[in-house]
Amino acid sequence: MAGILAERRNRLLALKKMRQQGTAPAVEEKTCPSCGRVLHDDDLVNNQFVCPYCGHHFAIPARDRIKMIADDGQFRELDVALVSTDPLEFPDYPDKLAKLRSKTRQGDAIVTGIAKIGGVRVAVAALDTRFLMASMGAVVGEKLTRLIERATKQHLPLIVFSASGGARMQEGIISLMQMAKTSAAIQRFSDKGGLYISVLTHPTTGGVTASFASLGDIMLAEPGALIGFAGPRVIEQTIGE
Amino acid sequence: MSDKTDTLAPVDVLTAAQRVAIARHPGRPGVAEIIDALFTDFFEQRGDRSSTDDPSIMGGIARFHGRPVTVLGNRKGADIEERVACNFGMASPEGYRKAQRIMLAAQKFGRPILTFVDTSGAYPGLEAEEHGQGEAIARSIELMSSLTVPVISVICGEGGSGGALALAVGNRVIMLENAVYSVLSPEGFASILWKDSSRADEACEVMKLTADDLLELGIIDGIIPEPAGGAHENATALFQVLDTQLTRELEALSKMSPTALANDRYRKFRAMGATAVKRGRI
Repeated sequence: MAGILAERRNRLLALKKMRQQGTAPAVEEKTCPSCGRVLHDDDLVNNQFVCPYCGHHFAIPARDRIKMIADDGQFRELDVALVSTDPLEFPDYPDKLAKLRSKTRQGDAIVTGIAKIGGVRVAVAALDTRFLMASMGAVVGEKLTRLIERATKQHLPLIVFSASGGARMQEGIISLMQMAKTSAAIQRFSDKGGLYISVLTHPTTGGVTASFASLGDIMLAEPGALIGFAGPRVIEQTIGE
Repeated sequence: MSDKTDTLAPVDVLTAAQRVAIARHPGRPGVAEIIDALFTDFFEQRGDRSSTDDPSIMGGIARFHGRPVTVLGNRKGADIEERVACNFGMASPEGYRKAQRIMLAAQKFGRPILTFVDTSGAYPGLEAEEHGQGEAIARSIELMSSLTVPVISVICGEGGSGGALALAVGNRVIMLENAVYSVLSPEGFASILWKDSSRADEACEVMKLTADDLLELGIIDGIIPEPAGGAHENATALFQVLDTQLTRELEALSKMSPTALANDRYRKFRAMGATAVKRGRI
């Protein structure tokens, strides 16, 4: 019990430090989409991005998500500079990527790294819905696969916070193949006895649901998160349900 | 051989949208016709061993030139009644679970697996979601990646999204000339990206879904030429070429050890998706 309390205090202290350093998640005063109450910055951060009134879970930028669970809010980020090659030469795609990179300060829709949780070293990844709805293209697939392979080699538990609109349309078939690449890596990790905790956050759909996100030894989900294979628009468009 | 090569279509004469139309042609030979033509002693395995049988996945044990193999594919159905029963080739989670148990049996008895992919995608209905469509596809992909027997996948018609990939994690992935393989159906693609499914033809052109495109992108290993106008014009000619190609691929893979086969498949998909390292500040 004392351990849990100390852990909680550490996390709160870490968040406090982040705020003092000005690196705290930039949340403006916003209205809770679920209960309609206006929430102050600090209240939301102090309550770990959960509405203190109704329990609605807000989307959390990938780096903040990892800092929130890591001891002292510290983690070592991997493959920071990995970016897309625009394999299909898709119209307007490179411009879109450049804008999102400078907005999020991320190479793509995923952040991976090594952290400690309660003193235990873990491999951890978080997807970020600000970046093309956290869709999976080559960079997401590659960074995640590298992390899984590192976790396999170093016998680390793996924690992945998923959120995704699915495969990245602008990278077409290459995106589809990332499903095979990541699932195969999970299979090998699992075969070696690795523990994989898959945390599904709102929304987790499409190719991410149909690959690594569904292969956890332990699967956790945010309350109220939309989790599915086909998104509502595809269901409606395909079969009219 | 000579009369067959005469009927081959010249390369690059069709647009991507035209190839999509040929890939969807109702007369295009499906998995049932392919099994009938290329294999003997087919013994169908039905059911997922827990709830039901999804006829949109067809699989079983057969002989290929005398050798026991496992065959598996998406069945769209020959007539309207069968098409409805097969959900127009869109498999349910139960279908993918059936595929998994059939593949596990193949591995147990050391039978090579040949898959024939022809689906616009996995069934996206509410019931399919409730039964874990995402998990069923993920498990199929995961299982295929680890198999220690030779796996050859042929994209025969439509290869749409994870529903196709769930049967296409092969040591060799080959495509019929007019088959298409993509992250999503062109309609779904247009609907997601432009919120307008009527722009499907436009989507076909930017998606890079033809066999030529995919060979160039390193996604597939080879292309099986089709008779002029498409496979439905002369199925017998197609079957001959397909038979020759499958025999050759199977022979090559049969020389590999179980571990080498699994490693080969892992490396193949591991290499897909080039990335770049950006210099300076992100």
